[in-house]
Amino acid sequence: MSEATAPAARGATHTARHAATARHRSLLRPLLLAAVLVVLLLAPLYVEEFWLRTGFAVFGAIVGAIGLNLLVGTTGQLSLAHAFFLAVGAISYVYVSGESGGLGTTTLGGLGWPPLVGMVVGVLLAGLAGLVFSPIAARLRGIYLGVASLGLVFIGQHVLNTWTSVTGGFNGRSAPDFSLFGFTFANDNPLLFIAGVPFREAERLWYLGLVLALAAYLFARNLLRSRPGRALQTLRDSEVAASVMGVDVQRYKGRVFLVSSMYAGLSGVLYALSIGSVAPESFGLEVSIQYLAMIVLGGLGSVGGAAFGALFVSALPLVFQRYADALPLVSSPGQGGLNAGEVARYLYGAAVVLVIMFEPAGLAGLAGRFRRRGRDPGGGRATRSSSASTDPSTSSVPSDRPAQGSTT
Amino acid sequence: MTQFLSLLLNGLSLGALYALIALGFVIIFKASEVVSFTHGSLLLLGAYSIARLSDRIGFLPAVLAGVALTAAAAFVIERVVINRLRGAPVISLAIVTIGIDIILLTELIRRIGSDILNVPHPWGGKSFRIGDVGISQNRLIATAVAGVLIVAFFLAFKYSSWGVAMRASAEDGETAALMGIRLGRVSALAWIVAGALAAVAALFLVGAPTPGVSAAAYTVALRAFPAAILGGLDSTGGALVGGLLIGLAESFAAGYQDQLLFLGRGFGDVVPYVVMIAVLLVRPSGLFGTKELTRV
Repeated sequence: MSEATAPAARGATHTARHAATARHRSLLRPLLLAAVLVVLLLAPLYVEEFWLRTGFAVFGAIVGAIGLNLLVGTTGQLSLAHAFFLAVGAISYVYVSGESGGLGTTTLGGLGWPPLVGMVVGVLLAGLAGLVFSPIAARLRGIYLGVASLGLVFIGQHVLNTWTSVTGGFNGRSAPDFSLFGFTFANDNPLLFIAGVPFREAERLWYLGLVLALAAYLFARNLLRSRPGRALQTLRDSEVAASVMGVDVQRYKGRVFLVSSMYAGLSGVLYALSIGSVAPESFGLEVSIQYLAMIVLGGLGSVGGAAFGALFVSALPLVFQRYADALPLVSSPGQGGLNAGEVARYLYGAAVVLVIMFEPAGLAGLAGRFRRRGRDPGGGRATRSSSASTDPSTSSVPSDRPAQGSTT
Repeated sequence: MTQFLSLLLNGLSLGALYALIALGFVIIFKASEVVSFTHGSLLLLGAYSIARLSDRIGFLPAVLAGVALTAAAAFVIERVVINRLRGAPVISLAIVTIGIDIILLTELIRRIGSDILNVPHPWGGKSFRIGDVGISQNRLIATAVAGVLIVAFFLAFKYSSWGVAMRASAEDGETAALMGIRLGRVSALAWIVAGALAAVAALFLVGAPTPGVSAAAYTVALRAFPAAILGGLDSTGGALVGGLLIGLAESFAAGYQDQLLFLGRGFGDVVPYVVMIAVLLVRPSGLFGTKELTRV
């Protein structure tokens, strides 16, 4: 009797402590998020242009990474075609909103519609491309899809290089400035000063990126907590189990492809705005691989993780470029040393390998581990095992097993 | 007709090389359940080391050293990374090979730079003629070597103890392990063989009519992926058929480029992927791949 009550009592104090920390945390988390948001909102007033431009590129990458993560991390469909969908978004934006005209010997078509329409069309067309590809995708399992989607990137490159009147061909074409109901996201028109700081293109785009990335984040997070989100996660763990539970496997695969490529389309539009032009070579296989690296580093299946991964992978080369003189080993191009892009590639390549080998849940997993350790300081080892059992990629192994074992 | 025959011949020879790469790809998949995206950079490593070493130690020793080096690199990858991840989800394994590929490829491309390294094949850029039909001697020798290697491979796969062990472990890893087959050793050997095959293919792929070793050799290697997928990832015979199909398709698309101009210049480079997607639409597990059935 006393034996039975002792653990129960311990359990009670345990839950009490949990409740206390939970209350503590529930206050801490929004506060932290609010602080980050305030910093991000105020940043353009204090930070120089380089960081704002890098920031905008990162926001674009975050949108794309969240989209890919829905597909690969949440649903378990390995896709290397992300660069292709990015390209569809970027090119559609440039074509729809760009003016037609000549560029050297080639004549470029363009509809000259408002940039907002261009952005929406870019997102929709990318989604459509995803939808068109999804019947193939839904039939293919796992790794076949990975290689088939690889093909899409190369076919896309070919189309970009060939369809000169729309894409500008090999040299690409410039992207029109974004504007929203007469407010241009460019250096002037109208001239704008806030708190004595001139609000030029970089400052304005920063806010655009921030809003879109935030919206992308919230949408994905809510999606994952909703019924379709649960269905997608079941699909990753076991297609058989999912279909037994009433999930229409083919349809959900198609839909997640649609959503993911719409994200990619938006990210492509942001990319075009951030660079100011689009060229076929910006949408090669290495872009797909970069996005894959982002979500692996951040943690497959975690929305916030994808954002951090995107920050790491997309900002790294730019920052290295900027501080090439100050960093050991890194040098400016043409000086014989490693250039910034190479160093960044080594780093994230190595990071991908290390993450998969030692922390399959990525940065999100690491964060979770620290959080749990902070909550329960006594059981370092115990938290370790509990974190291992809850992280998505290892828990998918045992649930995958019966399905694999029963295949013949 | 002459053009047709010559394209056919060239396509077959190219296809034989693709088949070599695809075979390596397939046996890695069979032995360790890994889709190896490192194959492109392994091939580039082979080509690069042959090109660099042949200046110093002569052509033939360089080829042997290059093949050995590539096989060793594949072995190291298997031991250090893949072997430790046994049982991990297929997607994680594929992504880890992509990570390795990023590192290896960055290093190789940094070393190669914008140069085109020349491999001093003793047969040079001469071409061989049968009547009106011409083919570069390099490709002719490539076809012969690839043919010999492929036959040797299939014989080994069928009769040698390694081949039997490998087929057993691909069929049912757990039972094979219980029967005393060392899965780790089987998988390591598969990687070594695949690395060596890739290096041999690299030796010929960078010869005439291609100019030499450049970063572009990587994209050529990637076209062996459709070959493997097309035939079915777990079928060695499929890799052979897939390789030949891809080689032929590419050769014809490049040869009849002028008639295919509406598809754009350089369509030959993407035709492997088009063929792959078309086949996958009809047969999602490739031509000869085992269909995945699920029993509940």
